[in-house]
Amino acid sequence: MEKHAGIRLSHMKEGQSGRIISVGGDMRLRRRILEMGITTGSEFYIEKYAPLRDPLELTVRGMHVSLRVSEAEAITVQPLERHHG
Amino acid sequence: MDKKRLRIALTGNPNSGKTTVFNHITGTRQKVGNWPGVTVEKKEGDIEKFGRHLKIIDLPGTYSLTPFSIEEIVARDFILEENPDVVIDIIDASNLERSLYLANQLRELDCKVIFALNMADLAESRGYRIDREKLSELLGVPVVFTVGNKGRGIEDLLAAAVEHAESGHGIPESRKVRYSKDIEKAISDLRSEIEEKSGPDFPYNPRWTAVKLLEDDSIIRKRLAQILGEDKCSELLESAGQLRARLADLFNEEPEIVMTDERYGFIAGIIKEVVSTSRRRRADISRNIDLVLTNRFLGFPIFIFFIWAMFQLTFTLGAYPMGWLESSIAWLSSGLDVLLPAGILKDFLLDGVIAGVGSVIVFLPNILLLFFCIALFEDTGYMARAAFLMDRIMHLIGLHGKSFIPMLMGFGCNVPAIMAARTLESKKDRILTVLITPFMSCSARLPVYIVLAGTFFAAHAGTVIFMLYLGGIAAAIVTGRLFRSFLLKGEDAPFVMELPPYRVPMVKSLLIHMWDRAKMFLKKMGGVILIGSIVIWVLSAYPKNIDYSVDYDARIDRVMQNYAEEKASAPQGEAAEIAQKRSEQIAELNRARSVEHAEKSYLGRIGRVVSPVFEPLGIDWRGSVAILTGFVAKEVVVSTMGVLYAVEGDTESDALRRALRSSGMTPAAALAMMVFVLLYIPCLAAVTAIARETGSVRWAILSVVYTTSVAWLAAFVVYRAGQFF
Repeated sequence: MEKHAGIRLSHMKEGQSGRIISVGGDMRLRRRILEMGITTGSEFYIEKYAPLRDPLELTVRGMHVSLRVSEAEAITVQPLERHHG
Repeated sequence: MDKKRLRIALTGNPNSGKTTVFNHITGTRQKVGNWPGVTVEKKEGDIEKFGRHLKIIDLPGTYSLTPFSIEEIVARDFILEENPDVVIDIIDASNLERSLYLANQLRELDCKVIFALNMADLAESRGYRIDREKLSELLGVPVVFTVGNKGRGIEDLLAAAVEHAESGHGIPESRKVRYSKDIEKAISDLRSEIEEKSGPDFPYNPRWTAVKLLEDDSIIRKRLAQILGEDKCSELLESAGQLRARLADLFNEEPEIVMTDERYGFIAGIIKEVVSTSRRRRADISRNIDLVLTNRFLGFPIFIFFIWAMFQLTFTLGAYPMGWLESSIAWLSSGLDVLLPAGILKDFLLDGVIAGVGSVIVFLPNILLLFFCIALFEDTGYMARAAFLMDRIMHLIGLHGKSFIPMLMGFGCNVPAIMAARTLESKKDRILTVLITPFMSCSARLPVYIVLAGTFFAAHAGTVIFMLYLGGIAAAIVTGRLFRSFLLKGEDAPFVMELPPYRVPMVKSLLIHMWDRAKMFLKKMGGVILIGSIVIWVLSAYPKNIDYSVDYDARIDRVMQNYAEEKASAPQGEAAEIAQKRSEQIAELNRARSVEHAEKSYLGRIGRVVSPVFEPLGIDWRGSVAILTGFVAKEVVVSTMGVLYAVEGDTESDALRRALRSSGMTPAAALAMMVFVLLYIPCLAAVTAIARETGSVRWAILSVVYTTSVAWLAAFVVYRAGQFF
């Protein structure tokens, strides 16, 4: 399983990209995140952290989405080497 | 002639350009109301087209039809229960993948749906080409290209909608979203059980109902109990529960999560077939703008600059039309003065209606400009960035970054701001936002500051007013923390939010937006403020026969007599000087008379009764009366002061300023009064809105008591502190 290679989304840095392994958190939060297109297997790019380091902005499926750091903690991801266009 | 009527519902993601399309279809023939039972704005428009009467209903913008937020519930219920003849789903072409999520939920609902592929030209310029025919074929849904902001394709869209409504069919079975084998098995098991238990008049699509039961949809569970009766429903839920448990076991995951994943899988397949992305690197202008606007170092300074610029624009630019309005009111007033015979009607019109409403309507330009700026923030997409920047800070108060938006709108008018709290998903967040929004200094309070700060802090008026706004924000923060820790404990809603691409706003949309809000202000003018002004005028004009301590008429006569004598005996050159002295003396006497009249009127008596409460704040009986009347609407504070302080019904602000200065009010007292007006009871309309939005009168009462106590304490502290300077 890839799961062991995963790190928390909240540990990713600005300008890094990765792939979603799993989305945790309570049901309501999970569905919200999934409905915004942040689903297992989708690739993302960390656009930036807000000036106060929270929330963070990522691009996924060509769309810019913001998440709180605490919410990103519940998302497990696999960092990718390739730089996202 | 009886035309065929069709009902067309518009759905779409937020920021998909839905509102623009709606504005283009209906133009100015829009009706804004509320959805029954809930407080979500409902927009409708009626048009005649193709020999038919079309009713266009703008459903709330949503990403999904999962019933989590009120908007989603409203949109879904409308489609399910009201059965519109056709649903138009507005899809942002440059965001096809995410838009198809909602689109597929609509397809599953088995309503007649057509897609408007909006802003496809923009998507194409970004190297994102969509095969419309293929999309239409794969999904079994008519697809029309539109460019909402230029009005292109709207005709075709309506034509396709009408045609589909009258002759079209639902989604062919072969084109439906397919889930994986085990889920499909569970769906079909549950579906046959539903078909077995329900009669032929079962209102929902059985497959869709089965899907929703597997997703444990709370609203559908309730509906089924109503439709099928408790017994059958609980049997059905029992089976659904077992199937859910089996699927959860199988996938090691809740079924609704698996199904969401699979829907996106289905969408990914569609995207692969219909979209061709050119090799050219996508030029993302929004990203470049965001490099600056949400920059770590520049983000906040720019944000503060925008807010500052908004207020500057509102007040400096607004000063010109304000001057024109003031002079036209003065002109109207003096015209009527000449035309009308002296008497009660004249007093009523001039001193009651025109003086009261006139002193408030001069602020209309300011309010229009402020609403224009807020509409500009919303329509460009900057509002979402403001929420992004502010979330950390808002989170400290226990609020969502989105709460910032209603709070910012509160600077315009608390009433729409309180309503804007609806965009928050969690009920606690909503109530908390509604309760702290009244501390945002609305534009109705501004006239009070302009008059008082302008009079007593002339050189620093701007700074004083800015500090008042900050004071309101501080009160909101403290209140937020307090209420979050004691009254409304618990986690706030997730901050999963789209940062939509920046857009060049359309003037037409901006104007419609601004006008919608300004209408509320004008309605207030015509209703509450007019009535308030009349009541206040009656209370201040009566009783008519007052026992004056001095016989003013006799004194004026004496002045006239002295003047005649002096003039006769004085040398030629001093005539002008003597004449001026005479006018001054007469004016002084008249002023003294009107002050005494005000003091002995009903209003003055009421003021005397309540003034002990305000005395520790340095506010005299006239201020007390003004504050009391401000409950009607805060603008009224100024018009009451106009009536109570000004000379001969003249409420022009200069005259009021002179009168205030000579009334013995100190700067500290003026500041205390401003602080009190800033913080105390929101106006009648706002209190009504609070009760409606929180769904309980208790919250409204709490708000009234709490804000007034805070106002008194803060004003007391300010007044006492001010005496040391």
